Amino acid sequence: MSLVAQGLAAAGGLAGAGACAGLVVPARWRAALVGVITSAAGGAGAVAGAAAISGQRFALQVPWLLPLGGVRLAVDPLAGWFLLLIGAVGALAGGYVIGYVGRGTHGAGSRTGLAVLPVFVAAMLAVPAAGSVSTFLLAWELMAVTSLLLVLAEHRHSPAVRSAGLWYAAMTQAGFVVILLGLVWLAAYAADDSFAALRAAAGGLPGPVRAGVFVLTAAGFASKAGVVPGHVWLPRAHAEAPSHASALMSAAMVKLGVYGIVRVGFDLLGGGPAWWWLLLAASGAASALYGILQAAVASDLKRLLAYSTSENIGLILIGVGAGGLFAASGQQGLAGLALAAALLHCLNHAGFKTLLFFGAGSVLRATGTRDLDALGGLATRMPATTALFAAGALAAAALPPGNGFVSEWLLLQSLLGSLPPANTVTAVVAPIMVGVIALTAGVGVATYVKAVGTGFLARPRSDAAAGAVESPPTMLAGMGLAAAGCAGLALVPTAVAPGLQRVVDTLGGGSVLDGSGLRLRIGGIASTMSPLLLAAGLVAITVTLAVLARAVGRPRRVAPPWGCGAGPLTPRMEYTATSFAEPLQRVFDDVLAPEQDVEVTHYVESAYLVRSVEYRRRVGDRIEARVYAPLLAAVRSVGRAATVLANGSVHRYLAYTLAALLVVLSLGVLR
Amino acid sequence: MTTWIIAIGQGLFVAAGAPLLVGLMRQVRARLEGRAGGRLTQPWRDLRKLARKEPITPTDASWVFTAAPPVLMATSLLVACIAPFWSTRSALDGTADLIAVVGLLLLGTIALALAGLDTGTAFGGMGASREMTIAALVEPTLLLAIFALSARAGSSNLAAIVSAGVHDPVRVFSPASLLAAAALAIAILAEAGRLPVDNPATHLELTMVHEAMVLEYSGRDLALVEHASAMRLTILLGLLANLFAPWGVATSLDPVALAVGLVAFAAKLALLGALLAAAEVFFAKLRLFRVPELLAGSFVLALLAVTASFVLNP
Repeated sequence: MSLVAQGLAAAGGLAGAGACAGLVVPARWRAALVGVITSAAGGAGAVAGAAAISGQRFALQVPWLLPLGGVRLAVDPLAGWFLLLIGAVGALAGGYVIGYVGRGTHGAGSRTGLAVLPVFVAAMLAVPAAGSVSTFLLAWELMAVTSLLLVLAEHRHSPAVRSAGLWYAAMTQAGFVVILLGLVWLAAYAADDSFAALRAAAGGLPGPVRAGVFVLTAAGFASKAGVVPGHVWLPRAHAEAPSHASALMSAAMVKLGVYGIVRVGFDLLGGGPAWWWLLLAASGAASALYGILQAAVASDLKRLLAYSTSENIGLILIGVGAGGLFAASGQQGLAGLALAAALLHCLNHAGFKTLLFFGAGSVLRATGTRDLDALGGLATRMPATTALFAAGALAAAALPPGNGFVSEWLLLQSLLGSLPPANTVTAVVAPIMVGVIALTAGVGVATYVKAVGTGFLARPRSDAAAGAVESPPTMLAGMGLAAAGCAGLALVPTAVAPGLQRVVDTLGGGSVLDGSGLRLRIGGIASTMSPLLLAAGLVAITVTLAVLARAVGRPRRVAPPWGCGAGPLTPRMEYTATSFAEPLQRVFDDVLAPEQDVEVTHYVESAYLVRSVEYRRRVGDRIEARVYAPLLAAVRSVGRAATVLANGSVHRYLAYTLAALLVVLSLGVLR
Repeated sequence: MTTWIIAIGQGLFVAAGAPLLVGLMRQVRARLEGRAGGRLTQPWRDLRKLARKEPITPTDASWVFTAAPPVLMATSLLVACIAPFWSTRSALDGTADLIAVVGLLLLGTIALALAGLDTGTAFGGMGASREMTIAALVEPTLLLAIFALSARAGSSNLAAIVSAGVHDPVRVFSPASLLAAAALAIAILAEAGRLPVDNPATHLELTMVHEAMVLEYSGRDLALVEHASAMRLTILLGLLANLFAPWGVATSLDPVALAVGLVAFAAKLALLGALLAAAEVFFAKLRLFRVPELLAGSFVLALLAVTASFVLNP
């Protein structure tokens, strides 16, 4: 048995054991046991992934396990890449949940809340491992259902959780239907529903069918990945789910949307015309810009992180789209580079988003609030959490020496490499994409400065924040390991280069990265960068300066800050997250369209005497208001109108059945 | 070995020269405004005076406040060592390309912005908020201009761009290059916090950006911040000079070429600094919410530069 098979089998077995443990074990030991088992399952998945990336292939067919085709597994390096990503995040989340849930018996600590967790991890592992349409869809649906249960874990605490669950359920089912239609359509042309048969059949498909399959599946997968306009579930679900679930969903689950697009577009269909990839890159660009702008003005910490996921997925899709575009114009080397950048960004984003959601969960557990405007002052109260969150924020802001910077750099290099342009499409698209990436990078920096600066620094703005204490060691360990992973990816990205090359090879890309040495070298492009040397230089100079200053200069004194001569400063005078983002929001007024109300209440005696003035401003999700609200209203009115059909009379229902049967029969005859 | 000497020598040269450049610019401004002005070395005296004073930390500030000045200084020093100011043969050139250099400078900006927020005063927060808004809008221009420049050399590494300019002077005067130069000049004004985006001489609460962030710094902290800001200005002007007028920069390790490179760099900096100072006499500071319009203009210029580099690329 190969290592891949052993890893997958172990993960499956452990997940089953974990689910049983979650249901049976008393509350006192539940979280610890389930956490450890989930970690082990994730670790096993990661090992299987690493083995698959190193070149081991694995295929398994169990025809008797399920009707209609049985269960088929097939793991190649591409699947391995995602197995590794999901397994690593699952392993970290398992450790984190022990401290996060503690001995709680409600919400995330309940029997269901914990029993579902290992199943969710296993279902996510099963998605890339699936080797046929039926297995894939089954795993996909299991993943959707278990994640929904996790989102709903704290439904007793607030009605917002229920609303988030409803949105998520509706969106994920809609996405599932579209993916199902696309894959079944493709499978109709193949000998059976295995991916190998689909791959073989894809070459001879008529053009419109190929296009239809791609558009349908891409739409479904994009919605799962949180791409605009299918992103509406994401800020709700990520914000309301328990933090370990948010981390799992944001860091691992949404990546499976990317996996689906790459699997179907590049592998099963074997690439396509330029317009597919233009469409993908355009939706990625829209998602990146919209996501980061919403994140910039969000004052709910987890909502901010969720929108930032939308942004990062957008960047990844720009990479995937650019890869497809280059492949369509025959530039295999650049296609490989763009795809490698996208895949590496998947892994990097998984690393830092796990860290950031763990950090947000740590804050939420200590203070009971996610509102940045009510936080502050945590740097002295929760120093480890602050430092780790800041490290994650540095990576997420795509600044050197963070790991986000490395993959964005690769993405920019792939677009830069398209010079001189092979065709007009690249000549128009490449600069626009660079502009989009640059704008998201700029706004992203402001967003994460806001998150760290107003959430963790200065004085606490509420009693809850003032009374915060540091999180338990298991949570800090989870965060620390995630941070270590990010640091590894940031400083020695060349370590993953050989594996990445193997993944890209399966997709037909050219030689990408030079895996030797510490400098990042790319095949065919003259630019180089060495993240390790940069980081070492920065740290060395900073430490030298700090030590010198302390040794030579006078001792430091602590004094109250200058308050313009007025009395002592209060936390009310501090900048909040909302006020920090106000200039940016004003600059992007046309996109964000904030709603403002000023309500002036007068005294009854005179209209000239004002009793109170109330000012409210809210930046809502514009796409939700413009697209989904009318859609929902339309559906509701159709539903209302249809109540006439169902009046409770059994005779009438029988008549409907008969009519339907007649229609079907006559259609059959006519054909 | 020589390449390492060049790298470290550049860093020291920029560190030593930056306050002098600021002194020169103040002198030019003063003369044009009919004042006598301070001496050329006055900024160095100020730094020395500040370094001897007691640093003060606000009551509620955390380690971020004390860590920010060394981090800011470290980013400036590192960039000064990497960029090809004196010679294109710096040992550190392969360590960071133009994109990474922009990222490093931005890292310094956010260290200071976080420190501004960490003081817990309204001024610190205001300065940080404004600084980050401007930085967020400058970033796209910078990257697009880099994109246009890299097109010329086929690489985003600074030495490659600069030596491509030295060896093929015609390319420097291409439309793409000139448009990129204009875009980059505006972006550099914003990034360095000069007029018309920010007024480095002001201490008026409503108009200041950079000064508001560093209001709580004193003693050696302030000295580091001031010195690093001067270095950032020098670095940005030096980049502008060498990317668009690379002549004189040493492309070999020949001692004569190196000597010429150093003199040429100093001369170019002095000229650019004097020009900027002279221009600043005639500028008025823009309202904060007019700045995005200026930056949008520079963004369009950069986009045009890229388009031109695509269309007119031979």
